[in-house]
Amino acid sequence: MKRVLRFVDDTTPVELVLANDADVQSIAADLVHMASVALVFPKWTDGRAYSQARLLRVRHRFAGEIRATGDVIADMMPMLVRCGFDAVQLRADQSQAVAERALSFFAQGHYQGDATERLPRLRRRAELGA
Amino acid sequence: MPAWRLSPAQSAAGDDRDLPMYRYDDFDRSFVQQRAAQFRDQLERHLAGQLSGDEFGHMRRQNGWYVQRHAPMARIAIPYGTLASSQLRVLARIAREHDRGYGHFTTRTNLQFNWIPLERAADVMDALAEVGMHGIQTCGNCIRNITADAFAGIAPDEIADPRPFCEIMRQWSSLHPEFSALPRKFKIAVNGASEDRAATAWYDVGLQLVRNQAGELGFQVRVGGGMGRTPMIGPVLRDFLPWQQLLVYLEAVLRVYNEYGRRDNIWKARIKIIVKAFGPEFTRKVEDEFAAILCDDGDAVAPLISEAELARISSHFGTPPGVRDEAECAPDVRIDTAPAYRRWLERNVHAHRLAGHRAVTLSLKRAGQAPGDVTDAQMEAAADLADRFSAGELRVTHQQNLVLPWVRAAELHALWLQARSAGFATPNIGLLTDMICCPGGDVCALANARSIPISAQIAERFDDLDELHDIGDIHVNISGCINSCGHHHSGHIGVLGVDKDGEEWYQVSLGGADGSTASGPASAGRILGPSFAADEVPDVVEALIDAYRAQRSGPDERFIATVRRVGADPFKAAADRARRTTALAA
Repeated sequence: MKRVLRFVDDTTPVELVLANDADVQSIAADLVHMASVALVFPKWTDGRAYSQARLLRVRHRFAGEIRATGDVIADMMPMLVRCGFDAVQLRADQSQAVAERALSFFAQGHYQGDATERLPRLRRRAELGA
Repeated sequence: MPAWRLSPAQSAAGDDRDLPMYRYDDFDRSFVQQRAAQFRDQLERHLAGQLSGDEFGHMRRQNGWYVQRHAPMARIAIPYGTLASSQLRVLARIAREHDRGYGHFTTRTNLQFNWIPLERAADVMDALAEVGMHGIQTCGNCIRNITADAFAGIAPDEIADPRPFCEIMRQWSSLHPEFSALPRKFKIAVNGASEDRAATAWYDVGLQLVRNQAGELGFQVRVGGGMGRTPMIGPVLRDFLPWQQLLVYLEAVLRVYNEYGRRDNIWKARIKIIVKAFGPEFTRKVEDEFAAILCDDGDAVAPLISEAELARISSHFGTPPGVRDEAECAPDVRIDTAPAYRRWLERNVHAHRLAGHRAVTLSLKRAGQAPGDVTDAQMEAAADLADRFSAGELRVTHQQNLVLPWVRAAELHALWLQARSAGFATPNIGLLTDMICCPGGDVCALANARSIPISAQIAERFDDLDELHDIGDIHVNISGCINSCGHHHSGHIGVLGVDKDGEEWYQVSLGGADGSTASGPASAGRILGPSFAADEVPDVVEALIDAYRAQRSGPDERFIATVRRVGADPFKAAADRARRTTALAA
């Protein structure tokens, strides 16, 4: 499911901040009552929160906001969106315009399935008979 | 100009459609072009001071650009080692126009350039994209280029062709969003034959195609092998994984690794460390995750590979048009009395699944050139040979040679003559001078010591072909540092460059194995005492060879078999007798 990406700052409230070494399963029972979860990138090269977002969105069908926080840079946008994030709190020195441009590449899609498009391209091709 | 010699422009325009390789469609082409455009945007921001060197570094590495001693190194992916002659010609052109006229084939079947200025990186990516090539995921903490048996699809001992699965995994792993910032690099090797020619036990994931008792096709899955500071043989996590579930299992392994892999210490960040530390718990975590993907993620079918998908990808990897079984024709050794021709038939020519055909190795191990190095002219000569004798296709081997996979037995002599004049016919495949060797301290910023001069000195010492053939099959592998690009751990004789107080020293190890039948089960070699001085290394290798010849039970007993039978002690004693500078230390 495609979601609109929202740019937020640290004044925008969020209900829960989940550390990137926490088990997503541990909050599974509470998710139904929650409107937003913030995941953390202590360094932008530490990709644990990508897996957490994917689990929240796909395995736990979390429909609320998943926010990327911490060391979030513009070039992470494609990965964030594809893992299920729909809100981004950019690091202070980052430009929203550059972040938006980073989403303009690969308009034709990607090979593998992700949180927004479950079917991998191989399967989409096979089903289209292409 | 001969009809088979296509210009790069003609080849790039689509004359490769008959090649038995994966052929890019519009989506694949646009994917590579988009990646080049994205990189150009990042490069321009970096050059304009808007993207820090550290941050840009991660981005350029995941596109194959690595800052080295003299200039960025560009590592170009050659997926599972398959290469079209048209692609090799573009690599030759890049070597000539942007580098210093040569490139280097690696143990992971990539090609490295060492002298391209960073400012030209985006232009080079555009040139590569014209022929469906790139450096995506050849560096960085992501799923790297996948390697396979260089004889895939042509070997008589093949259970199933690994290349369709390699291509499916290539697509699956390319810019996988969840696995783009792993704790460390992640390498997958696939073997489809009964002989393991892909060193699968040494990889983060090693996949061996097998059939179960019902005759169904699947994979034996090893996870957690690797070289480096902590050499480990990957334990088998699954004896039989149905091929349909391949990507589900990989996703489970990668997700567990992404969650639990260590990020506090770069030397402990590979998956092998947690496989060992967690023990059976690691397998349980992977199996739980595997089951959860299929049961809890809302779509039990999407992550599977279907028969139709496999059939469609497999259709790319058939037999080239016009190539079919022919009357078997044993090469006539009387046609040429040159001993070199007979030896070449013995060492460089390999059996084929098609009658009347052979696979031929073009040796990149020859006097005066570093192992795996090729000049632009040599790349073009190899491309010409591929067009003339092998349907336009080449393979890169993990021993850093090239293979022509579709040679008619009737044309072996004609090929030998041309290969010899192009300098590719050294009859040494599998012999001592067919050394694996990384680029080492001459160009690599990571290296502790130079490796190329060591390999050159050893090659010089063993330049007598009669002697080489008498010594027989042996793996001598040389790495310039503990990152182990030269696979020293798996060499029957391994040489590792180490740095002590700013000086180059070399650890020599004995009895390592890549897992091939002749070498025995994969294992790391045993280190023979303290490090040696650079000028002692050729003497040590010679002493080890002399010890072997003195101990072997007969001319058919290989070096590694003698080592296994008599143990390391007589070899260690022989090596110690070769010490001069280090005699006191020992």
